[in-house]
Amino acid sequence: MRAFAIIVSLCLTLFVATQVAATPVDTYEFKSDNNQKRALSLAHSLRCPQCQNQNLIDSNSPVAQDLRLEVYKMVDEGKSDDEIVNFMTTRYGDFVLYKPKLDSKTYILWGGPFVLLAIGLFVALVFVRKQRKAVEIDQGLSEEDQKQLDELLNRNKDS
Amino acid sequence: MKKLVLFIPLVLFLGMGIFLYQGLFLNPQKLESALEGKPVPAFKLEKLENASEFITNEDLKGQVSVLNVWATWCPACKYEHPFLMMLARQNIMPIYGINYRDERGAAIRELRREGDPYEKNIFDVDGRLGLDLGVYGAPETFIVDHNGIIRFRYAGPIDQNIWSETLYPMVKQLQAEAKKEGVS
Repeated sequence: MRAFAIIVSLCLTLFVATQVAATPVDTYEFKSDNNQKRALSLAHSLRCPQCQNQNLIDSNSPVAQDLRLEVYKMVDEGKSDDEIVNFMTTRYGDFVLYKPKLDSKTYILWGGPFVLLAIGLFVALVFVRKQRKAVEIDQGLSEEDQKQLDELLNRNKDS
Repeated sequence: MKKLVLFIPLVLFLGMGIFLYQGLFLNPQKLESALEGKPVPAFKLEKLENASEFITNEDLKGQVSVLNVWATWCPACKYEHPFLMMLARQNIMPIYGINYRDERGAAIRELRREGDPYEKNIFDVDGRLGLDLGVYGAPETFIVDHNGIIRFRYAGPIDQNIWSETLYPMVKQLQAEAKKEGVS
């Protein structure tokens, strides 16, 4: 129980930490709060091409600064998410997407986990079935056999 | 048959092992360029040396050329510079400079001091052309064919090795293509 509580609190801390890290350094003024929300979540989903382990918000490289400003501006201009993502991928390739597109190159990526899960379930099913059969065989002692067994056990006790 | 089934996990493991092992030798810095095969993005920018003169993407058409993104704040560009000077002397094709997010005065001074390998220098002060080209750091080098299509992009300083192994064969091939189409 205690371990469970510790794990839950750890998860919560991590969750809060990732939310807090979302504050951007720029002083860009959005036209509306809604735009700001959308722009920030978009910039979070795009990878900085220069410093490859960070998204556009976390990175301080000049390229990331430019790109996130570009994203903010496009959101304020009323461009759709698709248009903005398209703008980024035509320049920097699919690499900038943290969430890869679904196409022939990424089928394994998207489908792989489900295939593995299916294999896992199948193996588990076969395993459980085998065990059940084994138990059934155990119970399959006939009355006569049982009598014989009891006799043997009793004889053993007597001597 | 049953025994063969037992080997499936091993085969899966080996397959995955080979796949991941290959990944160890990929260069994570080398991004595939999204722009190869596409035309140079439309631009109209001032010449570095002369603010009243403009250079556009149309000026790049008509011959195979090299576009080189550089700046005075970029140490790797300084390292690359002597090689570019040597290349310019060989007169194989024009080298266009894109002076990327730089100060005009500093850039001109630097070229005066170190030599100017560029046919023309495009002054991209706010980095807009760089952004459209998908530049994520300087120096970067693009090979543009006679139709103004980007055919190759190289990120990082070019040197004799990359030039003679990759870039020069490509330039030669593109020049042959241009000749075939009767351009130059």
